[in-house]
Amino acid sequence: MKLRYFAWLRQRTGLAEEEVEPPPEVHCVADLKHWLADRHPRFGEVLAAPGVVRCAVDQEYAEDDTPLEGAREVAFFPPVTGG
Amino acid sequence: MIRLLGEPFDPAAEIARFTTDRQDVGGIATFLGRVRDRVGELRIRALTLEHYPGMTERKLAEIEAEARRRWPLQDCLVIHRYGRMEPGEPIVLVATASAHRAAALEACAFLIDWLKTKAPFWKLEETDRGARWVEARESDDAAAARWEKETAG
Repeated sequence: MKLRYFAWLRQRTGLAEEEVEPPPEVHCVADLKHWLADRHPRFGEVLAAPGVVRCAVDQEYAEDDTPLEGAREVAFFPPVTGG
Repeated sequence: MIRLLGEPFDPAAEIARFTTDRQDVGGIATFLGRVRDRVGELRIRALTLEHYPGMTERKLAEIEAEARRRWPLQDCLVIHRYGRMEPGEPIVLVATASAHRAAALEACAFLIDWLKTKAPFWKLEETDRGARWVEARESDDAAAARWEKETAG
């Protein structure tokens, strides 16, 4: 699956995107965050704070319990500030 | 219509072109968002808008469809910039056309409120004291939330 990071979260991972194969125990967004916290410690640091890290699965907003079965692209980003 | 632009645009020309060939449009409401040169005491030198290509277009199209579902709009235009902009440059233009003013004005306010909280854009400000990412504001969430009641009802 492809992971994408935006705004200051990208600065935390040092990557705009990466291709990963999470282990089989990663079923939902919360599992993926937990797995990524080890991979990117500076990204992991901010995951616990409520409302700081938002997520989209296949370009739709997602929650911690959103399943990842069949997901091709998962993005992490701070709350949006357009307009 | 949704347009996402990496280059500056001319709001006056866009508004002039909008619904120019339709005589049944009674009212056009517009909102133009621009880059400010200061935030409180802080001087802003430039603003860079990052977005999520693909998802941005999708979300903007959904927001436009929702506005058209709620109000009898004859036409609707959303132009949003991304990339680096300097103070005074337009960031976003929303224009709505309807036979009567109420639908145009309400739909225009709805579009900008929802766009601010639902479209995946992020602002990076270059200031006199360095660059900083703009934080989401609760007042924007509150402005967007006032339109949620109608979805629930």
